[in-house]
Amino acid sequence: MKKLLVLSTALVATGFAAQAQELNVVSWGGAYTVSQVEAYHKPFTEMTGIKINSIDADNPAAPVKAQAEAGNVSIDLADVELSDAIKMCDEGLLAEIDPSILPPAPDGTPATEDFVPGAIQDCAVANIVWATVIAYDKTKVGDTPPTTVGDFFDTAKYPGKRGLLKSAKRTMELALYADGVAPEEIYDVLGTDEGVKRALAKLDTIKGDIVWWEAGAQPPQLLADGEVVMTNGYNGRFFAAEVAEGKPFGTVWDGSYMDYDLWVIPKDAPHKEDAMKFLAFSTDTQRLADQAKWISYGPARKSSNALVGLYQDGKTEMAPYMPTNPANMMSPIWTDPTFWADHDTELNEKFNAWLAS
Amino acid sequence: MALPVYASPLEKLWHYAYLVLCALIFVFLIAPIIIIIPLSFNAEPYFTFTDKMLTFDPEGYSLRWYDKLITFGMAEPDAPRNMAFWLDFWHNATWMQVAKNSVIIGVCATVLSAGLGTVAALGLTRPEMPFRKQITAVLISPMIVPIIISATGMFFFYSGKWVPNVGPDGFEWGRLAGTYAGIILAHAALGIPFVIITVTATLSGFDQSLVRAAASLGANPRTAFFRVVMPLIMPGVISGGLFAFVTSFDEVVAVLFIADHTQQTIPRQMWNGIREQISPAILAVATLLVLLSISMLTVLELLRRRSERLRGMTPS
Amino acid sequence: MTDATLPTPSGPLTTADGRPLKAALAASLAVRRRRALMLVAPLFLFILISFIVPIGQMLFKSIYNDGFSKNAPALVQWFDEHPKGSEIDESAYAALRSDLILMREQKTAGEAGTRINYDISGTRSLFTGAARKAEKLEPPYKEAFIALDKDWGNPNVWRALRSAANPFTIDFYLAANDMTRDETGAITAVPKDQQVYKKLMGRTLMLSIEITALCLLLGFPIAHLLATLPMRKAMLLMIFVLLPFWTSLLVRTTSWMVLLQSQGVLNDVFVWLGVIGEDGRIQMIYNEMGTIIAMTHILLPFTILPLYSVMKTIPPSYVRAARSLGATSWTAFRRVYLPQTLPGVGAGGLLVFILAMGYYITPALVGGADGQMISNMIAFHMQKSLNWSLAAALAAQLLVVVLIFFWIYDKLVGIDKMKLG
Repeated sequence: MKKLLVLSTALVATGFAAQAQELNVVSWGGAYTVSQVEAYHKPFTEMTGIKINSIDADNPAAPVKAQAEAGNVSIDLADVELSDAIKMCDEGLLAEIDPSILPPAPDGTPATEDFVPGAIQDCAVANIVWATVIAYDKTKVGDTPPTTVGDFFDTAKYPGKRGLLKSAKRTMELALYADGVAPEEIYDVLGTDEGVKRALAKLDTIKGDIVWWEAGAQPPQLLADGEVVMTNGYNGRFFAAEVAEGKPFGTVWDGSYMDYDLWVIPKDAPHKEDAMKFLAFSTDTQRLADQAKWISYGPARKSSNALVGLYQDGKTEMAPYMPTNPANMMSPIWTDPTFWADHDTELNEKFNAWLAS
Repeated sequence: MALPVYASPLEKLWHYAYLVLCALIFVFLIAPIIIIIPLSFNAEPYFTFTDKMLTFDPEGYSLRWYDKLITFGMAEPDAPRNMAFWLDFWHNATWMQVAKNSVIIGVCATVLSAGLGTVAALGLTRPEMPFRKQITAVLISPMIVPIIISATGMFFFYSGKWVPNVGPDGFEWGRLAGTYAGIILAHAALGIPFVIITVTATLSGFDQSLVRAAASLGANPRTAFFRVVMPLIMPGVISGGLFAFVTSFDEVVAVLFIADHTQQTIPRQMWNGIREQISPAILAVATLLVLLSISMLTVLELLRRRSERLRGMTPS
Repeated sequence: MTDATLPTPSGPLTTADGRPLKAALAASLAVRRRRALMLVAPLFLFILISFIVPIGQMLFKSIYNDGFSKNAPALVQWFDEHPKGSEIDESAYAALRSDLILMREQKTAGEAGTRINYDISGTRSLFTGAARKAEKLEPPYKEAFIALDKDWGNPNVWRALRSAANPFTIDFYLAANDMTRDETGAITAVPKDQQVYKKLMGRTLMLSIEITALCLLLGFPIAHLLATLPMRKAMLLMIFVLLPFWTSLLVRTTSWMVLLQSQGVLNDVFVWLGVIGEDGRIQMIYNEMGTIIAMTHILLPFTILPLYSVMKTIPPSYVRAARSLGATSWTAFRRVYLPQTLPGVGAGGLLVFILAMGYYITPALVGGADGQMISNMIAFHMQKSLNWSLAAALAAQLLVVVLIFFWIYDKLVGIDKMKLG
């Protein structure tokens, strides 16, 4: 028994020792994580010698919260959505971030003015603006490709399976928008029982044709495998499949769902100081612009936009793929973080009940 | 299974129908495991047989997915394949790292569960053992309790700070979650029912008069145990240990909840791969794992034969 | 066994050293019992500490949630002093204010609000919003709070606050059974469009029954064939059963994904055979069908092996005797053979049913939306929604069902008869 204790102590100790000069960063996996590794992690490690462990999660907010509530935090930094950042900050799970640590723009504009509105929160700093959009397989939709969310719900015009995110958030908004609700009224409607029924009724029209996905890397895969002809998903993932892998994908920008991704640092992060250093480093003008070389997400700093030009292949123009490009922002649905902090339990229950029926 | 001579034509028909049915069920059992082997040599990133594969055109086949398996995660995947390349592979390749973890965790968990389990099985099979049924029920429970319940329970428990630990900053209370020790303990618990079941089964067929014979020939209990009992139950212990090892080697839910990024195992990495993108690289891993289970099966069969021979039965 | 109680002329029987035989035997039995227990003790303690206690600790969360009570000391005290039915007066609102100020300082408004939000949806922002403004509120607080948000005057909210003031609660078991409380605190069903858990539990049972039935149906002929073939052939065919048994669960699940996808091998074969057209590819995965097929394949060996070991012991002469007495082959099978296989059917069927009830990995990967089981919902609440108390309540209910069937298994088969491979 004594030996066992020594063994376990030794093993636990190695666990600790291995964490010396490291940062554990949780993100969404796939092409998105690749863009962060290339634009942030590699230069940071080169500069500081701090090793970065990149960890994938379906939604990085979940492990952050689970670790905090279990009192066992190993994550130093996580990339989360706006609603989750605000919610976790309210719950006291995150470290507050002093905006003065953020470097100013090259022309001297202070960070607080350089970032787009809402990108700097009490406990979070945005790195990208991204969109959930609909993508389709060009080879399967005939000569008139879909252009609206209505087409997504029209299985007579475009026969075939549809991919959708298995979550109330985004799916319900998309259904209401397809049903004719104006983007700015969506959350007012969704806050009522009738609105929820209306969204689910709209989803009912294609329920038998839906293939549900959960991790961000799945939709391009479903599309590439021919499992679906149209699916919603994160615009950067479709970009990566289309441009880097040459898949015949097209994008419907109508009704795109806009959100920020923000860096947050758990309150009890084991390497908080290094994490702050990394946060400031990765959100400077150059780094944000570099990330857009790898994936088509909009930088959260205005000063970065000017530096975004070509994809890392050196020939693809990024602008047509950016969710923040005015041409693509036809009728964006902006996420309402407080709505989801309040209603996610109830709406997910209703959504799950609808799924099971 | 030959038909009796008095079988009627209808019975004959039924008999052949039955054989066809059995053949179909065997196909159902084995086809999914066999089918992935050729597919793992697909030259294209598809999960189905391409025309070239069906016509056995060598161009339809390639080792590219095995190559990907080797180079994935390496610092210099395109370097020439010299000593430095393989060192890089050993230290950095993702699948190599998870394989190392799987082996370390599997072996430690197996030693722990086989050791404790064998000793306990010796006690359980003694005729004077009190509360045998109740205790067996508790010891077998890790196999019965749904894994999601076991894993979440252990997640909370192992997240607590109650392990004495001498860290770099002196003494502190440590956690088991996110350490090798935590995963090993969890897997040991999950493997124990298999050790208990196989070793008690071996012991229940054990002829106690052999021990008495040893004693009457002058062996003390210690000698009798190590020279007579141990060799006879060893096959049971080994096959129980194999079960425990496979349980650990195949376990993903506890790893999902308890481990952090440093203790990722093969199934955990496969889980990632399947959810992210099932590229044929996953099929290459799967093929290697099928080969592994074939060799395990062979070891087990050899053990069974040895055990029967030792007990004086004719091996079948 | 010597009967030590038998009276003898020279008094009770004694051992050589003069002790009464009965006592000596009892002492020696006690020593041997202790030795046996000592052998089992290390493992028993290990399982108890590393397995049973953690599960108990987790299940405790289903009846204990202090998310609100530990963060609202003034309200807890107010509810203690004012029994149920008391008017929610100014003093209550003053207590609310002081708690909200405290929550603002300690950043716990979200935590407390989340606990109330489990009970009444949409109340989380009531807390986070009010906590921000609580300091500036002027008396009378009642009017001030209601002016802030009229929900602060809602008796149902106050009912929920009172209930959450006690960390011990059965509310999560209510939620796990699609029930809730109304304003008076009486238990009612949740609206139909929100009911999910009972349905899911029903589906888990239904799927497990279907999978068990399929396993028995497919396993029976195979076991029978193996048991009646000559040993050498049987052992060769046994490999077809044991290989899947020893192959990784994830490998088998992956294989089924490859086979069943709409662009997968099976659909390709169907199209090639002309059974279906290119557009008529069948959706066999990411739905209930995927779960049933993959799980039947994975669990099939667990029925074949016990059936086989029972069938091995049935002498073929019984059926032959029945035939020679004039029974048709069907009658002989039904009246003579089948009844003798029932122990194997019971053992295999129950084991598969118990294992199927708790399946998580396979439904998660191939189940899509309607092939999910209760374990997947537990994982959802554990990892995503983080409503751990509800997850624990669901887990406890699942555990009870599984343990009932484990108990039946013990009664019918006996846990010491469990065999592998």
